[in-house]
Amino acid sequence: MRIFWILTKREIASAFQTPMAWVILFFLLLVSGFNFYAGVSVLNHGPTEVTVVESFFNTVFFWFSFLLLFPLLTMRLYSEEYRSGTIEPLMTAPVRDTQVVLAKFLGVLFLYAFLWMPTGLYFLIFWWQTHLTSAGATGAFVGSYLLLLLMGMFYLSLGCLCSSFTRHQITAAVMTFAVIALFFLTGLLSFLAGNVDTMMQGITITFSPIDQMTQFSRGIFDSRPVVWYLVMTGLCLFLTLQSFQARRWRS
Amino acid sequence: MHLGLAVVRFTTLLGIRMISVQGLTKNYGATHAVRDLSFSVDRGEVIGFLGPNGAGKSTTMKILSGYLPADEGEVRIAGFDILSQSLKARSRIGYLPENVPLYPEMRVSEYLRYRASLKGVRSRRITEKVEDALELCSVSHVRKQLIGTLSKGYRQRVGLADALVNEPDILILDEPTIGLDPGQIREVRELIKGLAKRHTILLSSHILSEVEMTCSRVLIINKGQIVATGTPAELRERSGIPLSGSVRMEIQTANQEAAEAVLTILQSLESIDFATIAEASPSATSGWTRYEIVPASSASLTGDPRPALFDEAVRRGWKLRELSAHESSLEEIFTTFVSRIPAAIEKKSATQELFKS
Repeated sequence: MRIFWILTKREIASAFQTPMAWVILFFLLLVSGFNFYAGVSVLNHGPTEVTVVESFFNTVFFWFSFLLLFPLLTMRLYSEEYRSGTIEPLMTAPVRDTQVVLAKFLGVLFLYAFLWMPTGLYFLIFWWQTHLTSAGATGAFVGSYLLLLLMGMFYLSLGCLCSSFTRHQITAAVMTFAVIALFFLTGLLSFLAGNVDTMMQGITITFSPIDQMTQFSRGIFDSRPVVWYLVMTGLCLFLTLQSFQARRWRS
Repeated sequence: MHLGLAVVRFTTLLGIRMISVQGLTKNYGATHAVRDLSFSVDRGEVIGFLGPNGAGKSTTMKILSGYLPADEGEVRIAGFDILSQSLKARSRIGYLPENVPLYPEMRVSEYLRYRASLKGVRSRRITEKVEDALELCSVSHVRKQLIGTLSKGYRQRVGLADALVNEPDILILDEPTIGLDPGQIREVRELIKGLAKRHTILLSSHILSEVEMTCSRVLIINKGQIVATGTPAELRERSGIPLSGSVRMEIQTANQEAAEAVLTILQSLESIDFATIAEASPSATSGWTRYEIVPASSASLTGDPRPALFDEAVRRGWKLRELSAHESSLEEIFTTFVSRIPAAIEKKSATQELFKS
């Protein structure tokens, strides 16, 4: 357990020691700041049916920056260590493969959570300035950020898997983006299906972050996505471990 | 924990080898990197792993350090199997990979602290151990520097400090002096010699003089197989190259003709097989000529042709500036061993062909 924390600490530290984390943070806050501004300014044009929280988590700006985040965060995790060869000193130290895989995942998950944290301030500032709550209920905040974390876990673990395949960061990034886009766009099929085929909708809603976010940001809790994301994260991490080990066994 | 330690100490006393390798084989696809390699290393030995590039040195070292699994064979580190008791085996090894990969964004002392804790050094002893390693590898004065900004020589020393920060029983150093300037090479060699008192060391190199200077035993490896093993002296003996490879003699000569005359006399001597004017000779016009003399095979076995040469010089009244014997270097020995093996294999397959037909 001690080894696991040492590894996790280094993963987090290395992200902040390079400019990468700060650059991503800057641009994410830029886009989401604009996104929030757009959501609030809607209120100026008369009454609406959506709350500020709902509109914040359901715009093109949000989803665009959300999807771009994963390849950028995960591409270096394994690829960089393969390429620079630092994987050798790492794996000849008395550490277990599982410890390395889990530490890398937890490290990047922490970074991901850290990146979204400042967006919480927006709603606090909104409340402080207007004395109005930006959501229908507290559950909407909890739901939105919970789903954000769960989706993050799944997509980050997918990124880990892609990065463990290759020593080229760009290849890892492209792979990650393609696979995530595939899952994301499968979710959009529910819009095509409409209300006609309910079975189809039942399946695609599992994949559809947009549908899920619409629900969660209203404060409606659904256990299906929670189970889906947790199971998929576990699966991806398991596959990452296999790929990570196979890389050495094969070579 | 303490019981385990006691057992290890006990078993070492009983003669358990620090490194024992049996029938090690590793293929990369169709390429045989290592073929049926077996050797063992005792506590306190400094073993030089010698071979041309691509001989399988690095592969063997990666397997020994627990990074790559072998296809066949067994590796035991201080009595622990490298696969089934990997963590125990790995904690006894300090490994310096080729080209020394390090995290460029970390500072030197920060990196060593991280590595020490990763290798299981107790928290309250980390500072002390890191200081020792910094001191030993003389990198204390760059401890605050980012690793990415260090020169090659310093990176090498930081890598070495990492390898020995937890004071492992065994050090595995893959080409520890590659890419360094002569001054740095000397420093690293001295450092390794110093380390030999406390650690068992296995180092690889394709520079022969280096191995000769630092190692108590040499393994010559070529095409994934051991072709020779022994102390540098033993190898020299076994290679069949005469101990006194050649003699160099420098004589004052007035001009080209005089130089030629001396050469004829030298060649006529009984104890001498062959003599030439050395290519790198100072020209006869400068007044000195250097001769390269190969002693007659009978003389080389019984002794040295130098007394005979001296007598001749005195008798003829030659003015002598140099008279020295050149021991055949490990380089020549190495070349004989490495070239011998393929020849033997070819011969074998030729005979097989003969029997087939």
